[in-house]
Amino acid sequence: MKHLWRLLPFSFILLLAGCGVENLSALDPQGPVADMQLSLIQLSLYIMILVIVVVFAVYLFVLIKFRERPGDTHIPKQVHGNRTLEFIWTTIPILLLLMLAVPNVMDTFTLAETSIPEADEDGVEPVPGEDYVTIRATAHQFWWEFEYPELEINAGQEMYIPTDTRIIVELEASDVIHSFWIPALVGKQDNVPGITNDLWFEAPEEGVFFGKCTEICGPSHWLMDFKVIAVDQSTFTTWADTMAAPPAEFTEPQGEVAVEGRQIFEANCIACHAIGDEGGAVGPNFTNYADREVVAGFLEHTDENLREWIRDPQSLKPGNEMPAFDESTLSEEELDSLIEYIDTLQILE
Amino acid sequence: MSNAKAQPKSVLWDWLTTVDHKKIGIMYMVAGLFFFALGGLEAILMRIQLMFPEFSFLGYQTYNEVLTMHGTTMIFLAAMPLLFGFMNFIVPLQIGARDVAFPFLNSLGFWLFLFGGLLLNVSWFTGGAPDAAWTAYVPLSSDSPGHGVDYYVLGLQVSGAGTLIGGINFLVTIINMRAPGMSMMRMPLFTWSTFVTSMLILFAFPALTIGLLLLMLDRIFGGAFFDVAAGGNVVIWQHLFWIFGHPEVYILILPAFGMFSEIIATFAKKRLFGYSAMVFATLIIGFLGFMVWAHHMFTVGMGPVANAIFAVATMAIAVPTGIKIFNWLLTLWGGRIKFTVANLFALAFIPSFTMGGVTGVMLATSAANYQFHDTYFVVAHFHYVIIGGVVFGIFAGMFYWWPKMFGYRLDETLGKIFFWLFLIGFHLTFFVQHFLGLMGMPRRVASFLDGQGLNEMNLISTIGAFMMGVAFIILVITLIVSRKNTDNVDDPWDGRTLEWATPSPVPEYNFAQTPLVRELDALWHEKYEGDGKMKAAEPLDDIHMPNGSILPIFISLGLTVASFGLIYSTHVITVIGLLITFGAMFVRSIKEDHGYHIPVSEIKRGKGER
Ligand code: HEM
Ligand SMILES: [Cu+2]
Repeated sequence: MKHLWRLLPFSFILLLAGCGVENLSALDPQGPVADMQLSLIQLSLYIMILVIVVVFAVYLFVLIKFRERPGDTHIPKQVHGNRTLEFIWTTIPILLLLMLAVPNVMDTFTLAETSIPEADEDGVEPVPGEDYVTIRATAHQFWWEFEYPELEINAGQEMYIPTDTRIIVELEASDVIHSFWIPALVGKQDNVPGITNDLWFEAPEEGVFFGKCTEICGPSHWLMDFKVIAVDQSTFTTWADTMAAPPAEFTEPQGEVAVEGRQIFEANCIACHAIGDEGGAVGPNFTNYADREVVAGFLEHTDENLREWIRDPQSLKPGNEMPAFDESTLSEEELDSLIEYIDTLQILE
Repeated sequence: MSNAKAQPKSVLWDWLTTVDHKKIGIMYMVAGLFFFALGGLEAILMRIQLMFPEFSFLGYQTYNEVLTMHGTTMIFLAAMPLLFGFMNFIVPLQIGARDVAFPFLNSLGFWLFLFGGLLLNVSWFTGGAPDAAWTAYVPLSSDSPGHGVDYYVLGLQVSGAGTLIGGINFLVTIINMRAPGMSMMRMPLFTWSTFVTSMLILFAFPALTIGLLLLMLDRIFGGAFFDVAAGGNVVIWQHLFWIFGHPEVYILILPAFGMFSEIIATFAKKRLFGYSAMVFATLIIGFLGFMVWAHHMFTVGMGPVANAIFAVATMAIAVPTGIKIFNWLLTLWGGRIKFTVANLFALAFIPSFTMGGVTGVMLATSAANYQFHDTYFVVAHFHYVIIGGVVFGIFAGMFYWWPKMFGYRLDETLGKIFFWLFLIGFHLTFFVQHFLGLMGMPRRVASFLDGQGLNEMNLISTIGAFMMGVAFIILVITLIVSRKNTDNVDDPWDGRTLEWATPSPVPEYNFAQTPLVRELDALWHEKYEGDGKMKAAEPLDDIHMPNGSILPIFISLGLTVASFGLIYSTHVITVIGLLITFGAMFVRSIKEDHGYHIPVSEIKRGKGER
């Protein structure tokens, strides 16, 4: 029993690290930036636990020792104060805070270093898409647009990145303020209209990471999720090349139904949803729609959910910009072929 | 005079026109409790919505409205007025004054607050409450459809004017109206913190006023201060809001600190440890409170230099706050601690507030703040300081001063049930939220998805909220059933400060003769070093009192009418409203009113009854 007690502080740390769902929790970091931030959180937590332990110990002692006992009527000595004590409890907190402030200032500056990497000793310039990737994340009510300026890509809702590569994200907003947060990879920065903010991070492991909007931006703020998909370098290159120049079958599909679906897409959808660089940008880009993890940023990706969304986007995500397509604009059969076409827009397995 | 009060209509008239700081204090308390119940109901509605994942109880739009109104109501219409109630009732008594410096303005301040608060809540019935959260960040607020945000702008503008007037009044009162011998360094801590709070109000509220004015111009008159497309800037709003908003949290917590200082000293039967350090710490906190506003904006893109500076400045506030915590602990040390309900709340405050304070330092760590910001971690933090600090202070103050204010003692047994339920419910609700935030739950979300590991803790949180709700009902019952405890109400706790030298209920002139203050803790000094009675600083004489007036209601009503005119852009009504207001002010200016005198004979009768 006795040594179990010694484990207590550690169990608290364990409790903190590894809490929550994988790839969603800031307590289970999956990259160097979130690691650095969790270390700082832990440092502050230890200092604070120290403070709490001291305060609680004095507190409990005082309450037990000096409680009024039955029949006690003495008048306690009226003490004015004590210089030494007051000096001690002014200085020690200052020292504790310095222990936290110094690493914090250093980390704050490290996190702000968002420039692209410099050329190496031989003067070889870094290659975008391989040595680093710049992504412009524009927030809209209530979806995310990811442009890759150097690679000439526009993607919606899902941000593909190569593993182990420096990712620089420029943040913008098209309507109100939003905020870009990937808890397991990097803390948040705001998307502010009229301003471009930025941040950087890396993802050493492949995986699908949860991203969220954390600034209230309207009724469907809570549904403004996105995904970060980290893949190996060669997969990323395939993805990027296809996104930049979609193959012919994406725009001229094979098979009768899909051809019909494509026509319906052109008639109803393309004004807002582009494929490649062809089409509007009122809604998310559709080039790799069949690869999408989720529909509308939050619904499991099934044909059923896609149908439901197209029929009535407002009840699923109130306040978004997409109009409803009911039976009078799109018959059941037309919707079938539309979805069959959309299901062909696949880049990765 | 007493037979005139017997008629019910006159009682109502008396309250509507009163300029007596005690009655105004009571009205602040009653209105504050009403809004507290309303804000609490809104909190419960939100917690029901968040009880299960993807639960639909309120719609998402309605959730945002309830969220906005909960925050706005709790801060502006519940916490501040309840504190103002205590300040109004207690501070003049503590400094041995007959009233505040400007009784008429005092009444005006109250009615402006009440009309502003009611105006804000009218929005529920006119097509939707404000929905851009209590911080009303532009452009979400400036673009918000409907009239909800217009109600927010004008409701806060009207009630904010009341607060500003109240703050100035307290400053003048405390500077000018202290009884002979009551030097600044003999003032009770609650008076000191009221003084510092009033300074904060004086400097902070103008920033809010300007922000609201710009927002009003944008929304109602087509201005473009916050319209990026027209060259406006949206970050300016955040600066204006937090230059007000950060001092605002000290406006709330400092009076509570003052109350705890008095209550802990009284129930430990000891002089406050380190009185001058406590005063100094209050001043430092008040000053630093203006230097740290941008710690609410670490993620908005201010750059690492500003972030680092504001992070360090914020951490510095922990030092004076820590000094206070240790001074309270050392006040208890060596005392004879009595566990009354008032003291239970004061004692529960120490660990609860410490927990909220340390998460404050964690949040001030800018590089880590990128993870904490706008998540449930923040929700947990500020409820720990606001409930664990301000609300516990209000409850402690209620149980402590109720006999003085209302002439009866609150039942201790019911009070203790209330205390324990509330305390446990509070920690249950908010402790788990620290983890929810770090596990990926943003704040201000109308719901959360299933399968993200957030279900259990949200359920626990809601259960805690229900416990607090039940506790509040028990409090209301306590307030009602305790009315029979009218014995031993003048000085039930062996008080240390001047308010306990008056009879309960306090006569309208407070002190028949202005007392002479000879020491800190003036009454305690006379009780334990003297003959138990305050020495008089003046001979018994007629007392000059101000007359009541109905004009404050008209001034406030006029502004409310004008607000409706602005909200619906019907400027005929705006003009009518302003005419009412300025007309009432004009009447006030030209009408001579010299007040009246209470003759010595009546004062003697009052003293005899005691
Ligand atoms: C009965 C106890 C209370 C409960 C259960 C409660 C619950 C909540 C909940 C669920 C939220 C919404 C969080 C979110 O969606 O981000 C919230 C926000 C808030 N609460 Fe409370 N609350 C309580 C008491 C108070 C008190 C006493 C105050 C202040 C005096 C207060 C001030 C606020 C503020 C300022 C917000 C933020 C509103 C906003 O984001 O616009 N709350 N509270
Ligand atoms: Cu958003």
